[in-house]
Amino acid sequence: MKYTPTIGIECHVQLSTKTKLFSEVDNDARGKEPNSCVSPVDYALPGMLPRLNGEAIKFAIRAGKAMNCEINRSSRFDRKHYFYPDSPKGYQITQFYAPIIGAGYVELPSGTKIRIEHAHLEGDAGKLTHFDSYSLVDLNRVDTPLIEIVSMPDIHSAKEAHDYCKELWRLMCFAGVTHGDLYNGNMRFDVNISLAPEGAEKLGTRAEIKNLNSFRSVERAVEYEITRQTKILDAGEKVVQETRGWSDATGKTTPQRSKEEAKDYRYMPEPDIPPINLTDELIEAEAAKLPLMPVDYRKRFTGSINNDILEILLDYPELMRKMSEIDEKYIKSIANLFTSVLLAEEKSVEYLSSLPDAKDLNELAQMNEQKELSSTATKEVFLRLFDPQMKGRGAKNIAKELGLMQENDLGALEAIVDAVLAKSETKKAQDDFRNGEEKVIGFLVGQVMKESKGKANPSAVQEILRKKLS
Amino acid sequence: MKTANKKVTAERLVRDALEKAKHFADYNIFTFLNEEGAIKKAREIDAKIAKGEEVGRLAGVPYALKDNFLSREGETTASAHILEGFVSPIEATAVKKIEAEGAIMIGRTNLDAFAHGSSTENSYFGPTLNSHDKNCVAGGSSGGSAVAVALDIVEFATGTDTGGSIRQPAAFNGIYGLKPTYGTISRYGVVAMASSTDCIGFFTKTPEDMDLLMSITSGQDSKDMTTLPDYYNEDSEMSSLADISSLRVGVIKDFDNESVDEEIRGALKKKCELLKSKGCEIVELEMPSLKYALAAYYIIVPAEIASNLSRYDGVRYGFRAEDSEDLDGLYENTRSEGFMPENKRRIMIGNFVLSSGFYDAYFLKAAKARTLIINEYEKAFSKCDFILTPVSPNPAFKLGEKINDPVAMYLEDMMSVSLNLAGVPGLAIPAGKNKTGLPLGLQLVGPRRSDKKIIEFAKELI
Repeated sequence: MKYTPTIGIECHVQLSTKTKLFSEVDNDARGKEPNSCVSPVDYALPGMLPRLNGEAIKFAIRAGKAMNCEINRSSRFDRKHYFYPDSPKGYQITQFYAPIIGAGYVELPSGTKIRIEHAHLEGDAGKLTHFDSYSLVDLNRVDTPLIEIVSMPDIHSAKEAHDYCKELWRLMCFAGVTHGDLYNGNMRFDVNISLAPEGAEKLGTRAEIKNLNSFRSVERAVEYEITRQTKILDAGEKVVQETRGWSDATGKTTPQRSKEEAKDYRYMPEPDIPPINLTDELIEAEAAKLPLMPVDYRKRFTGSINNDILEILLDYPELMRKMSEIDEKYIKSIANLFTSVLLAEEKSVEYLSSLPDAKDLNELAQMNEQKELSSTATKEVFLRLFDPQMKGRGAKNIAKELGLMQENDLGALEAIVDAVLAKSETKKAQDDFRNGEEKVIGFLVGQVMKESKGKANPSAVQEILRKKLS
Repeated sequence: MKTANKKVTAERLVRDALEKAKHFADYNIFTFLNEEGAIKKAREIDAKIAKGEEVGRLAGVPYALKDNFLSREGETTASAHILEGFVSPIEATAVKKIEAEGAIMIGRTNLDAFAHGSSTENSYFGPTLNSHDKNCVAGGSSGGSAVAVALDIVEFATGTDTGGSIRQPAAFNGIYGLKPTYGTISRYGVVAMASSTDCIGFFTKTPEDMDLLMSITSGQDSKDMTTLPDYYNEDSEMSSLADISSLRVGVIKDFDNESVDEEIRGALKKKCELLKSKGCEIVELEMPSLKYALAAYYIIVPAEIASNLSRYDGVRYGFRAEDSEDLDGLYENTRSEGFMPENKRRIMIGNFVLSSGFYDAYFLKAAKARTLIINEYEKAFSKCDFILTPVSPNPAFKLGEKINDPVAMYLEDMMSVSLNLAGVPGLAIPAGKNKTGLPLGLQLVGPRRSDKKIIEFAKELI
């Protein structure tokens, strides 16, 4: 039978605020010793009280606006209780009853809109590393601010699930609220998926796949689940409602050893944090801080940049911001340089932090257009523009210093051509050409290029050669 | 209150206090005596006095600290086994403020473990005895602090009041005890019982001392988001008492029945006569919602207790049970051995009322009752300036009398908890003694932020 998959996704985004959600400790524990970014509040000493980080509230507003969401004027925090060493307080502070971010939607590159049910702020848990007879606890991540974004079940394929996650990631990165480092768990996805016979109104029983941390694993896990659940339903059996884990290595989901029945988190209003009341002014001020978003760039560049290239560039907010400063007529060539040269570099990530000025890029594109630079020379100068030591020197000066300027002076070119034609080793080729062997022109152009040490403009050379040999 | 000067040194004051503390050792008031630390501090203050330097408004004044306040001196145990061995790396905001004025902590006082109780009998270290009758309870949960002040060991002591834990022991020992408006004094660094009702306050021998301590400790603290801007030290309508003859004092009709001790009712009537003679108008109030206060309190408070006690799991600090098989075993054994029976009772009630399926029926309903109570107080204060009521239905009871009857023990709080639910201030004031020589106490209640006026008004009731 044919089935329609229905998918909803919960996404946790770690916010890149300076300090943690409830304490003044450094929120950036990258490369730091375990348990070195922990305050008495995070450690849950007796008598410690949370202090809400105002920056996290502002980030949440921006994140919400990036997803076209309502921002709730009044929201509050709740406690979610469970015992585990990754949770020093014995509860997580989250927003169960009144979240800060209300309904909205995310528009995929395909134009499909995935509705957002709500998104809320909460503190992250610590990290446990298990060994044979003991476990180590690292509390650096405790109460790193997270927003959990809950989608409506509007997704119906593995590809769409992939695209939704990726688009969320882009939105959060463009909004500047997260480092967006998936490898280090800055964004994590929980996928709910169920299958129902095509056309059926009632949804099937869902399985939840927890803790996916790449778009690719989201896509593969959904594909796997669709196949698995299809087999179960085709065999006339029932899908079990459960939490499953995904393994990239085996490419399979497996039931996670979950505790008997559903957990009871005994939610309770957080009495230590007064309700958050937001003014329209604050919300508008934060919304105004949002830069151009992917949807804006798509509108702006569709037509001038090929779609595939545009979608690649949209993974890099820095590049898109730069693109918006490029002269209209050079957009296509700079986009090509970004994708085919810059992103092909091994250290492209490092390069992203030292992008050249738009004026240099414009100059470079202009030189290429006016045939002052060959395409090889353009690529070389382009990469040199990222060198911090070359900053401010300008594309033209760099090209000159490197001796890459193309020779366009016809008089000078003619002299070089004459010199080449005078050489005995070109005589045969000259005769062959006169006898109609068209392709030897390439050899002759090559000889001239060699003589000019690569600076001659090849098409001009060819023109001169043809004239001389006719 | 006696502060140190060139003639009477801080060291003298502290040594006297320590000596008295030892003299009354059989009352089981202190969980820790800060001999070394206190004398060292006293000498520092004396040195400053000798040099003519600024020493603060509480220079050299010995005080007692309820053992649920974090301070670097001694272990902070909250009289609970599970916190045994816990030495705090930080100090409570309130401790910081009073010590910055020169006060010297001579010891930590006994309480019902985690402040759960009305008699100080639920302490891991055993009960504290009443200052007026060793066969009677000190009241609770701040029993140790109340007795330390009542026996004149110290000039003042700190307390916490979640449902009467300052006012009731103050009444049982014949001294002043203030539960301020919720949010007046920072809770930062005080072992939490129930966050939405916990208040920090003091025991003193006079209203003047109370006023001084309040003016020192009130105010907003960035470490406690629930603190109010400092209204106490601000001149406003809320802080200045009007002419006494223009004041209306409410008495609650609902409490005037045989469930309240006759002699306490008599003491209340006597004070009302006194007020009438000074020109006050006595207004009879009907406050029918107050009958829900105790039930609402014993739902909301245990819920917050269960939550706040979750952090005591034996993983990071304090007591950890030995020889557990696995993680669940570690939690189970540590918490079973580390908590007192009353702690466990409240954890169970709290978790029950929060569990899914019961939340709406219990917690949410109690929260609604709380709103009714808040509104009822607001209404009451449109008819009067203060309310005068008993603190508890009876004077100090016998040790062991109610310890096995939790409901009887909870009924002790029937007239005190509504203030905590409403967030309004209440000052326990002495009101004579009964035939057997036990102190009787009443409480003066005012609208939110009327703390200074209440203290002023209390002077009229002496």
